[in-house]
Amino acid sequence: MNQQRKTLAKRGLGAVHALGLLAVFSLLAVEPESAWAAKIGDVAEETSLGQQALRFFSFRDPSVRYAVIGSVLLGISCGLLGCFIVVRKMALVGDTLSHAVLPGVAVGFLFSGVSASGLFDWSFDVANITKNPALIFCGAVVAGVAGTFLVNTLKQTTKIKEDSALGLTLASFFAVGICLLTMIQDLPTGNKSGIDKFMFGQAAAIDEDDIRLMLAVTLLIVAVVFVFYKELLVTSFDAGFARSIALPSEWIHHGLMLLVAFAVVIALQAVGVVLVSAMLITPAATAYLLTDRMHRMLLLAVGFGVGSGVLGAFISFLKPNIPTGPCMVLGASALFAVAFFGGPRHGVLTRWWRHVSRSKRVQRENTLKALFQVLERRDAEPEDSVSLKELAERRRETPDEVSGQASALKQHGFVTLHEEGKKILFTPSGWQLACTIVRNHRLWELYLTNAANIAADHVHDDAEKIEHLLGDDVVRELERMLDDTTRDPHGRAIPGFADIHKPFTPAAARPSGYGRNL
Amino acid sequence: MTDSPATNGEDIPLEIHDLTAGYHKKPVLWGIDLKVPKGKLVGVVGPNGAGKSTLIKAIMGLVPPSSGWVKIFGKTYNENRRRVGYVPQRESVDWDFPVTVMDVVMMGRYGHVGWFKRPKKADRDIARDCLDKVKMLPFAKRQISNLSGGQQQRVFLARALAQESDIYFMDEPFAGVDAATETAIISLLHELREKGKTLLVVHHDLPTARNYFDQLLLLNMRVVAYGETEKVFTYELLQKTYGGRLTILSEVADAVGQRAK
Repeated sequence: MNQQRKTLAKRGLGAVHALGLLAVFSLLAVEPESAWAAKIGDVAEETSLGQQALRFFSFRDPSVRYAVIGSVLLGISCGLLGCFIVVRKMALVGDTLSHAVLPGVAVGFLFSGVSASGLFDWSFDVANITKNPALIFCGAVVAGVAGTFLVNTLKQTTKIKEDSALGLTLASFFAVGICLLTMIQDLPTGNKSGIDKFMFGQAAAIDEDDIRLMLAVTLLIVAVVFVFYKELLVTSFDAGFARSIALPSEWIHHGLMLLVAFAVVIALQAVGVVLVSAMLITPAATAYLLTDRMHRMLLLAVGFGVGSGVLGAFISFLKPNIPTGPCMVLGASALFAVAFFGGPRHGVLTRWWRHVSRSKRVQRENTLKALFQVLERRDAEPEDSVSLKELAERRRETPDEVSGQASALKQHGFVTLHEEGKKILFTPSGWQLACTIVRNHRLWELYLTNAANIAADHVHDDAEKIEHLLGDDVVRELERMLDDTTRDPHGRAIPGFADIHKPFTPAAARPSGYGRNL
Repeated sequence: MTDSPATNGEDIPLEIHDLTAGYHKKPVLWGIDLKVPKGKLVGVVGPNGAGKSTLIKAIMGLVPPSSGWVKIFGKTYNENRRRVGYVPQRESVDWDFPVTVMDVVMMGRYGHVGWFKRPKKADRDIARDCLDKVKMLPFAKRQISNLSGGQQQRVFLARALAQESDIYFMDEPFAGVDAATETAIISLLHELREKGKTLLVVHHDLPTARNYFDQLLLLNMRVVAYGETEKVFTYELLQKTYGGRLTILSEVADAVGQRAK
């Protein structure tokens, strides 16, 4: 039910994004020249990728320098705050906040045209309009706070639940923002360059003033997270407990939201309104997949944020007509995909590979066990050979299948093959492993019948699985608990230490027909 | 009773006067009066929706009271919060959270460490001792999602122990734990009581309540009875506590809640 509602809300968000795209394309259509101007790539004349990379990473051009510094700063601030957003389950809040700032950006832009010569003597001149980072920052933060306030009011005064309140706020604020931006584009005069970059972001549009603001905000965020780390941690994990030790959970929450609004606003220029929430969520979510300690998650998220930010700026340097925001988000998503598939613990591919190698190992161990049992039934010595046919009968498989298994064992050095693979001989290590598996199996059966009082004919299937999983510790524990470990519940001998470490006469040193009872 | 003004109620761990509290202005608890003496293990017992958890939350200010007051050792909760330990319900947190067992227990020290400071080695030693007391020290570096229900409860208990408090509030510490954990918890509670601590424990199981606690608080939206277990654990009083919800009281509460909306 709840899930369904969330899906619907997400679909709503998707529709808003589509709307935004349309609006942006119409914006671009109005003034194509200014839209393509001031890309980082404008400074790139070199043709080869290597030359361009050298030029980009040598930071020769100020615009490249600003773009890279800006990407690093936004990676740090978004990565840090994104972690708290992810563990507090507030990803949708971040998305809403990032869209809600748009009208503030437009108003901040317009405000630069206002000049005050007295308290009530204000005048507005279109010609004065310019991109003033401080004004845009203030406008955006006010709009973001207003959006958060609206969500809380809707939640508290009506029966509308949080997800709907978020979706509603996001859409309405975004719509207002797009209308205002379109109006600004249609103004007769004034320097409007840069305003169109707020939608999808353009790292090249970052200038020195922007960098100063970004640096100040990033330092503030780093300082707050460092100083109030334990308060942020405990309020995120257990808000009730945090309040019981008199931490003002609510104020910490509001403070965090304000910082998120700051981070969103400084990231706008480079990433754009539409995708900025991805830079909050994706690096943090990637880090969340890879670690289960909060401080490591923070560091990883910063790393991923910076990495994808710089990568995005670089790609948009190479391909000037691609906006920076999508490039950064693609970089972040690619990192997420790598973590999702290849993460060392929870990655899909890693888990699949672990499963495959485990089942291969189980099969090897089962074949070794079958070899052991063939010899045991014949009452033969470990040095004696087993024919492929005997093994196939024991395993109830075709000779072809068994021959494949035998060569796998040979590869691992557990057996040697003779007479064109028809005869199989244990190596010492193969014999030891086979004895261990059989011992595990029979000890477990003995344990189940003796200690757990399970009937002797019920224990075999369970032991078939457990035999491959028992570690040395558990085996030792079993040995301690069981008094007599010589025979299993079916009366067969349990291979002991002496069997496992039996002196081995290499097959080659013996004449054929070597008497086994010597 | 030598309630001289000089003591100023400082030797009374918990005193509640005419406390009414609830959610969204809809009262769940009505006019609670309670005075718990030092060194008692008190079980809070009552049917579902009786306001057992709400009582604990209201004492700690997590649920705003609409009237009445609460005093901890003669002072307000905030003044004496360092003398209070809290064990919330296990389900109240996300156990996938990226912290280890040790991290959680360290949170018990945060109230003592204070703002702008980091926990010191002494705090870490205390946390380690507390983990050892609940036999969870070998799990100190484990991520909390890999724990069983009983182990999670022990971690919460260790965190409360790390608070080194004089009065403890515990919300259903026995809910969904294995028998071994239940025994371990109850002997720990007895140990704390022997050290003169006062404990208020929400409990849902009547038969064990009789054996576990010195005193019982029978609660059903108001205090039905409070006193020594053998005196309070009677058929009439239990009948009174569990014998259906108090129809008129809950209807009025609903009406108040409606008007507040």
